[in-house]
Amino acid sequence: MSSQVPAPAAPQAFVDVRHASKVFGEGNLAVKALDHVSVAVQQGEFFTLLGPSGCGKTTLLRLIAGFEQPSAGQIFLDQQDITFDPPNKRPINTVFQSYALFPHLTVAQNISFGLEMQGRAKREIAITVERMLAMVKMEELADRKTAQLSGGQQQRVALARALAPQPKVLLLDEPLSALDLKLRKEMQSELKRLQVETGVTFIFVTHDQEEALTMSDRIAVMSAGKIQQVGAPRDIYSRPANRFVADFIGDINFISATLRAGQAVFSDGTSIPFEYKGESRQALLASRPEHLRLSAKGEAHTLAATVTHTVYFGTDSHIHLKLQDGTDLVARVQMDFLTESSFDKGAEVGVGFAHDALQLLDN
Amino acid sequence: MSASENLTRKTSIKNAWLLSSPALVILTLAAAGPLLIVLVYSFLLPGQYGNVKWGFSLDAWVGIFFTKDIFDGTYQMADAHLSIFWRSIKLSILTTLISLLIGFPTAWFIATRSPTMRTFLLFLITIPFWTNLLIRTFAINQIIRNEGLLNTLLLKVGLIQNPIEMIYTDFAVLIGMAYVYLPLMVLPLFASIDRFNMSFLEAGYDLYATRWQVLRRIIIPVTKPGIIAGSILVFIPSLGAYVTPRLLGGGKNMMIGNFIELLFGQGRNWPLGAALSISLLAVVMAALLIYVKFANKGNSHGT
Repeated sequence: MSSQVPAPAAPQAFVDVRHASKVFGEGNLAVKALDHVSVAVQQGEFFTLLGPSGCGKTTLLRLIAGFEQPSAGQIFLDQQDITFDPPNKRPINTVFQSYALFPHLTVAQNISFGLEMQGRAKREIAITVERMLAMVKMEELADRKTAQLSGGQQQRVALARALAPQPKVLLLDEPLSALDLKLRKEMQSELKRLQVETGVTFIFVTHDQEEALTMSDRIAVMSAGKIQQVGAPRDIYSRPANRFVADFIGDINFISATLRAGQAVFSDGTSIPFEYKGESRQALLASRPEHLRLSAKGEAHTLAATVTHTVYFGTDSHIHLKLQDGTDLVARVQMDFLTESSFDKGAEVGVGFAHDALQLLDN
Repeated sequence: MSASENLTRKTSIKNAWLLSSPALVILTLAAAGPLLIVLVYSFLLPGQYGNVKWGFSLDAWVGIFFTKDIFDGTYQMADAHLSIFWRSIKLSILTTLISLLIGFPTAWFIATRSPTMRTFLLFLITIPFWTNLLIRTFAINQIIRNEGLLNTLLLKVGLIQNPIEMIYTDFAVLIGMAYVYLPLMVLPLFASIDRFNMSFLEAGYDLYATRWQVLRRIIIPVTKPGIIAGSILVFIPSLGAYVTPRLLGGGKNMMIGNFIELLFGQGRNWPLGAALSISLLAVVMAALLIYVKFANKGNSHGT
């Protein structure tokens, strides 16, 4: 599932972006927003473009929507080349970050707008609008002006408006970023429900890794105009392809070690069994905080560390540690394992790793 | 709300009215006073050398529509008055349309520039206000008269054999008024377009609208407050225009403002002038009511 799809293969891909590049500006001022990006999205998939701001995810979305044209590369939808089709000729609709609801129209008129522009029959429009209003639970507010709605309600209208013309693909540009935390959680499951209900292919842009992990079928992690990794949320979290992905998704510890056949040797001389074949070399290993195992100092296959401070999170605690060579680590420990006094500031502990929890990362 | 709080609120409201009363008195007198005088004058008799003779008469009001033949005393339709009224309304509507057609793209262009560029362009728009209206109108006169810049140029180039007669036509008046009132259209349009969220355009295209549909179904309805404000600001002064038709329309292409001036001056019929002024006011009010009602039609759907 991971890594980029080579261009001519993958005939089954529904949305197929091939080697798309986008350069803004010219000469010395040119900025490369996308650098030979290839993505293959399957039909009916909830696909997320995840990355920090400026990574090119919104640019990629705008290329698919047709608001921008790629400087190089092609975009296929259902085997058809749509690279240079204008937005109004693509069976793709967008939920905008600012919603962009038309302020002069009511909720129902906003939803019917796309259908009217498509020239659908009046009766069909009325039926579809009713259905959409019911789907997003906005029947009572059908005749309200959109300015009178709350953020969550506007969000629902934007969704209904974009889904009403029954697009082949729905693009969502950080649609939840303007909502408060509680509403965002609600809308996350709502979005997922709508996607499953309608079966429409969703391409979702976000910088929020938690959002991406909970909602997506697959995620493309982007950075600096390039795709870093594509895969299911579980793959991306547990098997990050490189340091950027590991660092961006969740918390992670990095420890340098010398790899030898079958083991990793750390700076203090401790060796831990590690699946590795090949020549001895320096490498950077990574491990999630929940995979660190704290024990009494001096136990076999553990690194000596000192507790610098602990942060209490309710369900678990984060124990911040310092190794002898100065490396900072964080261990996440469940409350019932936490015997208070043993992890006080200054306590000396041993740090071990769960089986298979140490990973080798390419820089 | 407790009783004491209620009382405090009441006294503070009373104080606010008392404090603003000097301003209110001046405003009321300044706004309503002259109007009241004009209204009273319209029901009086004309004096022999201008001014008015005290004595109630409806002659002026009848005189708007009918002229009394001085020989046989019969009444005839006052065609001249009506045609002047009609020309004023026609020219004002056309002026409004022309400045809307030129002003909208201009305002759009300004509103979509960078902030510094925008300030500079808005500054340029206001430059005509620095100079006297009379001088600006004379400048146009210099350009379009028979021996003017435009005709000389066209003759020299050889595009025409004889100068085109533009000066002292309705066309000249129209050009002049559109030029003079254009900034009044551009400024409210700019304010309206500046608030326009450009992502509406993308949303429109995204929802299968063509360029024309985006203009008609999104841009125009959303910027309608600016279009209405600009149209009102251009239409009203156009209807009462005096300098421009006088300098560019000559003696025969009078507008209502020139005619009123004539009656107060050489015509020596102050009551008729006053009655016409009040009529002009009524026409403006009626036009505004119809326009605003018509313009808001699309907005009341569903409630």
